[in-house]
Amino acid sequence: MAFITANWNPLGEAFYRKTELYEMCWNLRDGLRDCLVAAAPYGGPIALLREPVRRSPSSRPQLEIYSASGVAIASFPWKSGPVVQLGWTVSDELLCIQEDGSVLIYDLFGSFKRHFSMGQEVMQSQVLEAKVFHSPYGTGVAIVTASSRFTLATNIDDLKLRRLPEVPGNTWSAGEPTCWVVLTQDRQTKVLMSNGPELYILDTTSCTAVVPPGLGPQAGSIVHMSVSFSYKYLALFTDTGHMWTGSSHLQVNTKKTTPPKQMVWCRRPKSQQPSVVLMWDRLLMVAGVTLTPDPRFPLEDPCVLIGELDGVRIISSANQELLQEVPLVCQEIFKIASMAPGALLLEAHREYQKSSQKADEYLREIKEQSMLGEAVRQCVEAAGHEYDSNTQKSLLRAASFGKCFLTDFSPEAFVSTCRELRVLNAVRERGVGLPLTHTQLVYRQFYPLAIEVCRYLKIPDYQGVSRVLKHWASCKVQQKDLSDEAIARAVCVKVGDSPGVSYSHIAAKAYECGRPELAIKLLDFEARSGEQVPLLLKMKRSQLALSKAVESGDTDLVYTVVTYLKSEMNRGDFFMTLRNQPVALSLYRQRLESRLSLLQTAVDEYNKAKNEFSAKATEEEMRLLRFQRKLDDEKGAGLLGLSLQATMEALLALGLHKQAEQLYRDFRVPDKRFWWLKLKSLAEKEEWEELEKFSKSKKSPIGYLAFVEVCMKSNNKPEAKKYVSKVTPEQRVKAHLAVGDLEGAADAAIERKSDSELAAVLARCPASDRQLLDRLNRAAAAAAKK
Amino acid sequence: MAAHLSYGRVNLNILREAARKELREFLDKCAGSKAIVWDEYLTGPFGLIAQYSLLKEHEVEKMFTLKSGRLPSADVKNIIFFVRPRLELMDIIAENVFRSDKMHSPRDFHILFVPRRSMLCEQRLKEQGVLASFINIDEYILDLIPYDGDLLSMEYESAFRECYLENDQTSLYHTAKGLMTLQALYGTIPQIYGKGECARHVANMMLRMKREFAGSQNQILPVFDTLLLLDRNVDLLTPLATQLTYEGLIDEIYGITNGYVKLPPEKFAQKKQGEASKDLPTEPKKLQLNSAEELYAEIRDKNFNAVGAALSKKAKIISAAFEERHNAKTVGEIKQFVSQLPHMQAARSSLANHTSIAELIKDITTSEAFFDNLTVEQEFMTGVDTDKVNTYIEDCVAQKDPLIKILRLVSMQSVCNNGLKQKVLDYYKREILQTYGYEHILTLNNLEKAGLLKLQSSSRNNYPTIRKTLKLWMEDANEQNPNDISYVYSGYAPLSVRLTQVLARPGWRSIEEVLKMLPGPHFEERQQLPAGLHKKRQQGENRTTLVFFLGGVSYAEIAALRFLSQMEDSGMEYIIATTKLLNVPPARTPAHIKDSMHPSEDRQLLFV
Repeated sequence: MAFITANWNPLGEAFYRKTELYEMCWNLRDGLRDCLVAAAPYGGPIALLREPVRRSPSSRPQLEIYSASGVAIASFPWKSGPVVQLGWTVSDELLCIQEDGSVLIYDLFGSFKRHFSMGQEVMQSQVLEAKVFHSPYGTGVAIVTASSRFTLATNIDDLKLRRLPEVPGNTWSAGEPTCWVVLTQDRQTKVLMSNGPELYILDTTSCTAVVPPGLGPQAGSIVHMSVSFSYKYLALFTDTGHMWTGSSHLQVNTKKTTPPKQMVWCRRPKSQQPSVVLMWDRLLMVAGVTLTPDPRFPLEDPCVLIGELDGVRIISSANQELLQEVPLVCQEIFKIASMAPGALLLEAHREYQKSSQKADEYLREIKEQSMLGEAVRQCVEAAGHEYDSNTQKSLLRAASFGKCFLTDFSPEAFVSTCRELRVLNAVRERGVGLPLTHTQLVYRQFYPLAIEVCRYLKIPDYQGVSRVLKHWASCKVQQKDLSDEAIARAVCVKVGDSPGVSYSHIAAKAYECGRPELAIKLLDFEARSGEQVPLLLKMKRSQLALSKAVESGDTDLVYTVVTYLKSEMNRGDFFMTLRNQPVALSLYRQRLESRLSLLQTAVDEYNKAKNEFSAKATEEEMRLLRFQRKLDDEKGAGLLGLSLQATMEALLALGLHKQAEQLYRDFRVPDKRFWWLKLKSLAEKEEWEELEKFSKSKKSPIGYLAFVEVCMKSNNKPEAKKYVSKVTPEQRVKAHLAVGDLEGAADAAIERKSDSELAAVLARCPASDRQLLDRLNRAAAAAAKK
Repeated sequence: MAAHLSYGRVNLNILREAARKELREFLDKCAGSKAIVWDEYLTGPFGLIAQYSLLKEHEVEKMFTLKSGRLPSADVKNIIFFVRPRLELMDIIAENVFRSDKMHSPRDFHILFVPRRSMLCEQRLKEQGVLASFINIDEYILDLIPYDGDLLSMEYESAFRECYLENDQTSLYHTAKGLMTLQALYGTIPQIYGKGECARHVANMMLRMKREFAGSQNQILPVFDTLLLLDRNVDLLTPLATQLTYEGLIDEIYGITNGYVKLPPEKFAQKKQGEASKDLPTEPKKLQLNSAEELYAEIRDKNFNAVGAALSKKAKIISAAFEERHNAKTVGEIKQFVSQLPHMQAARSSLANHTSIAELIKDITTSEAFFDNLTVEQEFMTGVDTDKVNTYIEDCVAQKDPLIKILRLVSMQSVCNNGLKQKVLDYYKREILQTYGYEHILTLNNLEKAGLLKLQSSSRNNYPTIRKTLKLWMEDANEQNPNDISYVYSGYAPLSVRLTQVLARPGWRSIEEVLKMLPGPHFEERQQLPAGLHKKRQQGENRTTLVFFLGGVSYAEIAALRFLSQMEDSGMEYIIATTKLLNVPPARTPAHIKDSMHPSEDRQLLFV
């Protein structure tokens, strides 16, 4: 396996290897000299700006964007002011920070998106240096001005500028700070800066001097510093050539007195040891645990170092290499004379392919230690770390060979590693150029490939294909050369009803690009009104928003629009808008205006609306109220608010018969109802004489059975009997029964010869009254015969 | 505990379990001890989903009723408000939160909106300056609550009023959402039929929502074959008529809320010898009524006239079962007898309860007033003298009977006459206004808007045609051994259920003409099923229809649908869903007069 370890260089316990990723396809005439270079992390694209400081006003520098393999993506002349720094955001947007403090944002394809400024005071004093950093909030920008003041923005998408306090004392006599870095930790962003041997931490409120433990004054002034990719580790370089790394308190003497051009942490997750890569003009050095740095690599060309999660990318004009610590599992397998189970398994498989019986010996050895599972795991893991596809293959084959001898080994790790490697290898193709995750793929507009990848990796539609489609559609709407109609149709055909693709999101994009008409067209496809309506409101299409909200049937949504409209429009327009939407209008009326005032207007409207009955009734009501008030004032009757019937009842109870009669006439109360009322009232007050007079005043409209029953209710049998004779023949039996006069009832029933009435009397007849029973039975029999 | 939900053709317990799961998940979101502050209206429906024990398992230590002022003190970490999305409730919550800030112990506040959160309410909380005090603001989608093995209700109290008077379709939106939830659990319903404006609207929203969820194709074998959406205003007559089934009468007289009824205690006093009669219980007796109780399931849907016979038969069976003990000779037999004892004792106490209830009801149904009222109702339904002022109604007004009773009768006359003549209508209206107060001009106006009262237009009365075509009146209704749904009203066959019956066989096409006379459009929609989910029906297997009443359903209608499910040759089983189980306010208790005089109570007059 000599050829694999050939490029391994030991440092302390670990090895470092430098692998070539690409021979760059670009053709740079002057190499990387005098260029501003920025490469996005995770194998992202590279931006180049030649000669950022203009030599003459006539010559314009060229801004170029390449993929990681050097394929040109975009190129255009730089027309704006002098650029201090280039950087990439987390979503692969290019930031160009200018001397005057304005920051221009371009997308991956070099089209301008927007710009913002780092503050007014920067305008006068110019940006000296700038850094782009990644915080938990997103991508941030930090600048320092010629007057040595720092300004920070932790998230450029939600711009909040913070000016850091001045550094106290006269340290500024030396002019600019010699070096500085941005630290982000625990959601706090701070600036660490050095001035000679002193170190300061600046946060929003204070400036604190700090001394790194173990770094004595004899070490000299700090001339370079660097934080690791994870913002967890710090490295300082002094003018005496010493390097200090925070976690290990280690000082390495590089024996170099000039400050390095670049100093970058080289670590990986689960790293064995921390180490830093330093670069001088013609030398690259890895410094770590040991006191003297080693290995060293000579450099021919000017290079740029890009810190990655698991190593350092070295970009030169000719090629690109990855310098990284060899992962432990690879070391164990490939280290010379290694006896690790994985190494043995690889060897066993190799022998097996040669049809040698040694395969069995190796296998036996692993099995004796019962390490076969471990061996397979090692091979699978190592395959994932290898860059060369042949090495990957041999490792995976070995793993699959080993797996055959295991009964209960879960194949998941193996399968997913194979899948991921396929994808990684595919994207590493020169044409694509190295992105590592499928999201990054999407951002580079390789849509078909991305969709294939999603399907292949079995990412659920919702997270995978849909996101790709969404991105594609958002991109589509930005194409200025196509008509609204054509785009809307194209989007609709492709996206169709894919789950999770939100048309409103696409429409929002279109609106951002200044195409509101297209946005509205797209919104029509949106099925979720909850998403549709807010955007329409934002686009000031309130009419449309209202009708969509009403259409959805979600009344909460309607209310939202209505409240919005109310605050946005003047009253007249507001009601005109509502008038066209009866549902919204009634909702508004019901909830927003008080019920009471509505009532009042309703009463007024009756007259206008020619609702004769209601108008009359209302007039009657007013008349009654006036009447009640008058009587209340005169007699203190307490009538106000009672109904007409209750008023009359109260009047009768008070003995105010005249007034009651007056109401009866004035309000044309039906006779029947008034008679009932008076009858009950008199009986209640036991004014029997008055009642009798009343009964004789004219023929009762309610008959006289009612009199009988009411009297009985007041337990006055003699009075009740007075009225029995007046009852109509049809009700006479009932009346007799009511007063308990069985004989009378029987007589009446017999006279009328009615079956049912006879039966009713019979039912009430006690068994003791033989005589009556016989009479009744006879009559009943006669009636039945008839 | 909820076993009766799973006995039916469709296992509604799934729905209940889903609701419980969601509740548990929310409670677990708020770590630590909690107190729940209830919107009082929600306690009833929630009781059907989760008992206190479930809440207790999830560290709910205290429960309060939402009211303005200061929250009662409780040593808990979380205060959770369970509320309907109503603005007036938000103000109370805000006050609660403000007042409690002065207390020492820091607490977390949460809101659970039932059934849906509302931006409007959150806006109000924001205006009050308390929105930020809430850690969690969530919604608990409680649309359809399983009430019984074949019955779902949304318990949305004002659906009818909102739809027909206020043109507010919130309830319809919730209905559509609820049906979507139901379809998510029980599969897409392939056929949708409907009659009425609201039904059309709900169907439209369902189809629209289906597009929204286009991604998640439902892979459940459909349980329901058909959905029938019925507007309440298609059949206004049925809920106006006095229900004559056992359950219907309990509701008419005492009112059933959330499956519970409160009864006067005197009849239920445990009469033990030597006990003084003075400690009679004064608290009303609360009984739960559902099909979990074997005897109740048997008699609830019977015509009340058949209940007596059923009860005495049951009494004989039970005493015969107790007599068995004399026959038990061997130890084994005795053991078997003893093992059945608890069941028999439960049956005996159930029998005692229902005998008491039946006695209570009988006192009322045999009264003259009840008989007179029923006679008039039946006259109207058969079309006797519906175009004249009715003397019985006049007398009732003069006697100041409860307004609700008057309104029911007048509305019924109007419906059965396809509107009243101007003279008759104005006469009734004047009678009502003069007797019960002019403020009821609004009540009457509402009744007119809802179509319960109307002026006869020039077209002729079409009610007789509808009655004859749909056979709404059956002269010889058999109350003891019914052979037609008309037994539930002793002669009148509920129109809504007739429509349902005709839909199953021979189909609506046969009654096209009548459908056109009833308000609102009728329609049919089909929902595509994914391939492979088409049901292969076995020979003789019944089809299942979900009948959804938009605006409420009466117990008698439920009984009639159950009767149809049980008919051997119908080939159809019905599950019933509704926005609200119609509650007739206990019209015959005089105390109600006072309530209905109050203007804000006029919603009750719309039987909603």
